[in-house]
Amino acid sequence: MNKPAQDPLAVAEMAERRSGNAFMATLRRDLKLAIRHRGELANPLIFFLLVITMVPLGVSPSPKTLAVLAPGMLWVVALLATLLSLDGLFRSDFDDGTLEQLLLSPQSSYINVLAKVIVHWLTTGLPLTLVAPLLGVMMSLPEAGYIPLMLSLLLGTGSLSLIGAIGAALTVSLRKGGLLLSLIVMPLYVPVLIFGASGVRAAIEGFAYNTQLAVLGSFLALAIIAAPLAIAGALKMSVNN
Amino acid sequence: MAWQWFHRLGSPKWFYEKTNAWMPWLLSISLLIIVSGSIWALGFAPLDSKQGNSYRIMYLHVPASIVAMAAYYVMAIAGAIGLIWKMKLSYMVMKVAAPIGAVLTAMALFTGAVWGKPTWGTYWVWDARLTSVLILLFLYLGVIALQEAFREQEVADKASAILSLVGTVNIPIIYKSVDWWFTLHQPASIKMTSSSIAPEMLYPLLGMITGFYILFTWALLASTRSEILQREMKTKWVKQALLEKV
Amino acid sequence: MSKAVDKQSLSISLEKLACQRDERLLFTGLSAEIQAGDVLQIIGPNGAGKTTLLRCLVSLAEPSAGHIRFCGQRLSKQLFEFRRQLLYLGHLPGIKSALTPAENLRWYAGLEGDGDNLDQRVELALKEVGLYGYEDQSCFNLSAGQQRRVALARLYLSQAKIWILDEPLTAIDKAGVAKLEQRFAEHSEAGGIVILTTHQDLKLESLKRLDLQDYLPTAEHMFGGVE
Repeated sequence: MNKPAQDPLAVAEMAERRSGNAFMATLRRDLKLAIRHRGELANPLIFFLLVITMVPLGVSPSPKTLAVLAPGMLWVVALLATLLSLDGLFRSDFDDGTLEQLLLSPQSSYINVLAKVIVHWLTTGLPLTLVAPLLGVMMSLPEAGYIPLMLSLLLGTGSLSLIGAIGAALTVSLRKGGLLLSLIVMPLYVPVLIFGASGVRAAIEGFAYNTQLAVLGSFLALAIIAAPLAIAGALKMSVNN
Repeated sequence: MAWQWFHRLGSPKWFYEKTNAWMPWLLSISLLIIVSGSIWALGFAPLDSKQGNSYRIMYLHVPASIVAMAAYYVMAIAGAIGLIWKMKLSYMVMKVAAPIGAVLTAMALFTGAVWGKPTWGTYWVWDARLTSVLILLFLYLGVIALQEAFREQEVADKASAILSLVGTVNIPIIYKSVDWWFTLHQPASIKMTSSSIAPEMLYPLLGMITGFYILFTWALLASTRSEILQREMKTKWVKQALLEKV
Repeated sequence: MSKAVDKQSLSISLEKLACQRDERLLFTGLSAEIQAGDVLQIIGPNGAGKTTLLRCLVSLAEPSAGHIRFCGQRLSKQLFEFRRQLLYLGHLPGIKSALTPAENLRWYAGLEGDGDNLDQRVELALKEVGLYGYEDQSCFNLSAGQQRRVALARLYLSQAKIWILDEPLTAIDKAGVAKLEQRFAEHSEAGGIVILTTHQDLKLESLKRLDLQDYLPTAEHMFGGVE
């Protein structure tokens, strides 16, 4: 504002730097908050572990049966764990007013929203991916399945966070939005689940699984481009409430 | 002027008065087509070589699932118009399209199950089409639940519009994924609809589809009209319109 | 980029604004002209629509009729420029209680896209609101008034020219209020705009008042049948 910036390149560069600053500021802030609430970080993981423990108790401890169920079961439970963690994504920001401040920022909401979702993935999707092999052992997952399980979760949970955040943004102004959130988001998770679980299964049966990974990758790319727009729109509507 | 027309279309009052005359026509034409289509389909269309008479439920199942799908797009497009041009009427169309679509989807599922019994020996099989329709039903239920959750109509409208737009982007992906998933898990027995269909079977089907589309249009307009009355209750013209009816 | 919005010509105009909440019309026909150097206090009893008006001004809510212009152009067309100039303190504090005051302020500076010698500026701002020494305490441990001060420290940190403040003086002690009044005066002298709501009497010379009671909707508005 102070100097009349004539050079369009310099102006663009400055705008870019400002956006970068905002992105980093939000990313850093949310990471700090996640670390301050360390206790909550473990919850989705414990949930993941608990549900997987229920499977042999409810179905059968036979390794053969478990091995058949493993790819689908691990994926379904990872999906549920992500869903559970979503309700809090924008809730506290909504309650303390930082959400409206974020939306009033001169920087585009796209990058701020993206920063928030990235932190959500770093604190749920990534840890879920990392503990998945351990749970694979509990589910007698055949050896060939471990790497595809981790790779598919790594790509897939990114999409789950992004798509789920749309639901979280739509329901953030509702006091009891948790169940509704699952209701509206779960049908949207179908494609990710299909390709994630089938990639693991294909690998176990000795087939190539790169098609599934490629599709998961393209879902993620599409979600990165489109989801933040929907999230920002939904947040604006929720704050307007 | 095209714009003037567009602007007027946004006025609930204009819409209400304009559509008044259409309603009986739409209803009678659609019923006429559906009744005659049903007679043709049940009485005159030939037997199927593999499925015998049981295939005839297709004449309800196929139109219901096609129109249920189309209803989702109507809902999403209406929502998009509402978001972009802030048109109240458009939101009303979106809101009423959801329950109608859900009913059609439920009907498609029910007829699919009835058809499944003689074909597969069981009411439910995870067939690609049935699975997709089931997920479509969940998408509808999500939109309806979201619409109901908000206290303020304006917010509810915006939220459902965003959700149905997100759903629209997802539907082709969901359908393709389910198809792909289905081919992976080898179909158990015959598919419900074979790819080639004899013309004598096809014509009544096309008739039924047309009839369903017109009936859907009628239902959409009728519920939009009652939604208009409900939302504009405080205005003078609604009071007058109601008085005239009595 | 900033050509369209010259500092000298900074202005906000309200044209026949009407706002409603929960289907109830709060005020109508509100027209006002706010120029660089103005300090405007919005007054009215509880429920008159003060907060709603401020939320409309910052485009967090939409007026049900009328327009808001920023520097002569529709606000919706000038949103980016407007937000670069805007500092809004809402009804909610906008403070993360798990973070320290300094961390909170750093995030706000980051949102403005501003990263130059931040530590020093944050420290100065906290000093101004009397929170020096608390910068590394988490906001949980601060009193209500102190939390409010964290939010108010933004008035010393931000470069924004337009301040829209909803009840900024709540829970602030007398000395604090005097200091803030002085800050408002400085800001208006520097060509800024302050629009605020408060139930306290301000002693500023340049103060203008806008009473929402003057724009109460008449029976005709309520039942006239809006088409």
